[in-house]
Amino acid sequence: MDDLVQITLLSLGVSGLATAISLLIGLPLGTVLALSVFRSRGLVLSVVNTGMALPPVVAGLAIALMLWRSGPLGDLNLIYTPTAIVIAEVVIATPVILGLAAAGIGQLDPRLQVQLQGLGASRYQTVWWLWREARLSLLAALMAGFGSVISEVGAAMMVGGNISGQTRVLTTAIVLDVSRGDFGTAIELAGILLALAFMVNGVLTWAQQSGRRG
Amino acid sequence: MTSLQPVLEVRDLRVVRGGRQVLGIQRFAVAAHETVAVVGPNGAGKSTLLLALSLLVGAQEGSLLLHGEVVTPRLALNLRRQIGLVLAAPMLLDTTVRQNVAAGLRFRGIRGQQVSTRVDEWLDRLGILPLRDRHARELSSGEAQRVSLARAFVLEPEVLLLDEPFASVDAAARSQLIDDTERLLRETSRACVVVTHDLDEASRLGTRMAVIIDGQLRQDDVPQSVLSAPCDEDVAAFVGVQTRLLGRVESVQDGLAVVDVGGCRIEALSTLSPGRQVMCCLRPEDVTLRLSGQAGPVTSARNRLTGNILRIVGKGPFVQVTVACGPMIVADVTRASATELGLREGEQVEATFKATAVHLIGLQQ
Repeated sequence: MDDLVQITLLSLGVSGLATAISLLIGLPLGTVLALSVFRSRGLVLSVVNTGMALPPVVAGLAIALMLWRSGPLGDLNLIYTPTAIVIAEVVIATPVILGLAAAGIGQLDPRLQVQLQGLGASRYQTVWWLWREARLSLLAALMAGFGSVISEVGAAMMVGGNISGQTRVLTTAIVLDVSRGDFGTAIELAGILLALAFMVNGVLTWAQQSGRRG
Repeated sequence: MTSLQPVLEVRDLRVVRGGRQVLGIQRFAVAAHETVAVVGPNGAGKSTLLLALSLLVGAQEGSLLLHGEVVTPRLALNLRRQIGLVLAAPMLLDTTVRQNVAAGLRFRGIRGQQVSTRVDEWLDRLGILPLRDRHARELSSGEAQRVSLARAFVLEPEVLLLDEPFASVDAAARSQLIDDTERLLRETSRACVVVTHDLDEASRLGTRMAVIIDGQLRQDDVPQSVLSAPCDEDVAAFVGVQTRLLGRVESVQDGLAVVDVGGCRIEALSTLSPGRQVMCCLRPEDVTLRLSGQAGPVTSARNRLTGNILRIVGKGPFVQVTVACGPMIVADVTRASATELGLREGEQVEATFKATAVHLIGLQQ
């Protein structure tokens, strides 16, 4: 039972932290991408969109190579730690949040920005109000980012090592239980995972829908 | 061009987009207490001028002055906090009417009771106080544009910049909104630049009228002068001068010129010298028609031309009649008068107009 609580809390903590960091990176960059006009914008958008489809095992492999004892960041001793899982999940979720935030803000009427500036909004006030106007899309981006990491298994396995009591999360535990033929525990964990995803997305959906009216 | 001390002024403005110059203006200014109506055809550069006045469009050249002080791009925010911008679409924020009107005040760091007092005052002055707690998305087009105007007026800015502010409003609400805007501009004595392609709006609101065509400021004068004495053929065509005839000044005596237009003689007030090539401009509402041979009222009009009606087309409460008198003369006649006179295509009519109604534009020799 203690194991179950610890695995659940670790899953929630790792995915929540990775989503929060991805939001901090993805939202400003997505805003810049949506509002700026520069020569290689199309190329950058293509890279971001490719990143949205990045297979988690590829992200896991890249982070594992970096953090491996003989890798460039091996001295940090992060491989097989929850931090390593957070790093890999940030790599997975950031393009999702960035791409969807850019799309959401890009869908706003460009005259809105002109109107806000024409009313005397500073750059930060303008961005704040554009985020407010695009909040439904931005909450959808947040849900998609969280969804991409809470359900992810390949990267967590590769850089976390699925160590009991340390880096075992719900998804890696399910894989292990299935490989052992312990379907009962696997189904139990899958139920918890689904409930967790439902609760977090439920809160975000509630926030999104109540935001429809201001 | 204004002779008063300008509040906002641009000099030597040049805006280039996609390698093409979309705006090139030597000087444009607006002073306190005056409303400059910027008119011109679609795509002429009117809205670009308005955005340039608020430093919201990148200009390749030019300087912007507020009360005679040059505004650098670094001071753009300071400038924008002294203007109030209203766009053609209301562009309301996804919140209540009251929050929308308060937005600009909050941008300026104004908080508390002062915000509610000012917001309520301006909602009241625009007749939308009962709507203050409604969501902006629930408003009609007319109500939404009133909110947009209140949002700009509440800032009590040095200059109001209005870009086609009535374009999104349905016809029934438009006239009342124009009246209210005119009244508020008069009461507040704000300097205002209003962009429109509608000459009626421009005449009602503007103390001056600036005509922009192909990115150039062609004429800037009081509305009556622009409408009756356009400076070139493009302006004449834009302001509704439908009879534009090429001719040559035959003689001038005591300020009265006789112009030869393809064999017809037209008299006009002018000091242009004999031999000069000119364009005779005549507004359709200055021409009177009657059927040939019919008795009509005695008139002092010096010009009488006879011809057959070529075409009659509807134009709101008027019909527009084109008469082939040699040169083509276009006249506006009320529908009632057209019926009463029995005007029909092919009928022979006499077109009369005063020498004072004819404006001559001297052409390059």
